[in-house]
Amino acid sequence: MSTDFDVVIIGGGPTGLAAAVYTGRALLRTLVLEKAVPGGQIVYSAAIDNYPGFPDGISGYDFSQAFLKHAQRFGAQVRVGTGAMSIVREDEGRESGGNFRIGLSDGTFVTTRSVILAMGRSPRKLDVPGYEKLFGSGVSVCATCDGAFFRNVPVAVVGGGNSAVEEGSFLTRFASEVKSIHRRDHFTAQKILIEEYLHNPKVKPIWNTAVEEIYGEREVEGMRIRNLLTGATEDLDVKAVFVFIGWLPNSDLCQGLVDLDDQGRVKVNELMETNVPGLYAAGDLCVRPIYQLANVVADGVQAAVSVEKYLEKR
Amino acid sequence: MSEFVAEVNDADWQQQVLSATEPVLVDFWAAWCGPCRNLAPTVDAVAEKFQGRAKVFKLNVDNNQDSTVKYGIRGIPTLLLFKGGQEVERFVGIPPNALDSISEMIEKHL
Repeated sequence: MSTDFDVVIIGGGPTGLAAAVYTGRALLRTLVLEKAVPGGQIVYSAAIDNYPGFPDGISGYDFSQAFLKHAQRFGAQVRVGTGAMSIVREDEGRESGGNFRIGLSDGTFVTTRSVILAMGRSPRKLDVPGYEKLFGSGVSVCATCDGAFFRNVPVAVVGGGNSAVEEGSFLTRFASEVKSIHRRDHFTAQKILIEEYLHNPKVKPIWNTAVEEIYGEREVEGMRIRNLLTGATEDLDVKAVFVFIGWLPNSDLCQGLVDLDDQGRVKVNELMETNVPGLYAAGDLCVRPIYQLANVVADGVQAAVSVEKYLEKR
Repeated sequence: MSEFVAEVNDADWQQQVLSATEPVLVDFWAAWCGPCRNLAPTVDAVAEKFQGRAKVFKLNVDNNQDSTVKYGIRGIPTLLLFKGGQEVERFVGIPPNALDSISEMIEKHL
């Protein structure tokens, strides 16, 4: 039985696009579905300084464009702006694994012999009043997009990992002050980032603190914070709140399809196999020991090679 | 910039956007905003798809403070849809299933 594609890669971030380079070079008919923008979460990074091979750093935009062009060079069809809405295994129960039928957001369907799930993660939302209402009006998860709207005013950064610290440093180019709010008493980012951050006179860390509320009529006017040790609350005068508190795997599509852990991440072995034959997963979506660009790119390559070997046998 | 998406400025906002009879989609962007640049091809595809039925413009926020401030733009990319001179839809960030969801947004107002 003939299918539309040999492999459909769901997700056009670095993972999916790296996989597409390899499946393309293996002369497999490849479709990459990217519902938002190519590059995924990396496009939010103003400067990537830790991906080996770029000693002067590279912007998230340039990086994503390079990956996109590379995948297209070897024949992958990359559809941007259309996502997968459903995945159905055909010939369910067959030991050797059947084909897959994928429903798309434009209402059409495609069939394929194999699938690589590379949907990645999305920024975790801050579950406090005002977050949703004022999103885009001072509440943001993208410093490179929105930092420039807040020149010479105080802003808040919420979070304690690499993103919070790195983006917080970036924001000091514009803001008069960066109030850095974190639940713990230390940052968990890479040391070089923490050092640069804390040495910046515009940065004011506020430890052991959680956000209670972000308020404002039509834009952010301030926020209320609570000290987790003393219980004391305080109102902060800030005009923007940048939230970098972690990520949630985009695994809605996988519910009931593959094994997930209790955080919703797809379980894979070192060959990027899931519990379903012909269905592979890679990158931020999965249970991995580390979530760095270089690692998720490697995952994409492994998944592609696994797909190639799998299809050779069928 | 594609052949289907033109630039609009503060100076011609009234004429191009508010006085139009068909729906008008405006993409607020800036050169330093990576995600905005990444969204551009999708906006181009939407413009091509709706040629003759809706207008699609890009507005550079660095060069057009009046419109940026008037519409309360404090995060980009922001997509605004106008019909009969009124703002009828707004999306801040990159919409999921961007091509299809932006199309749906416009279709509602055709």
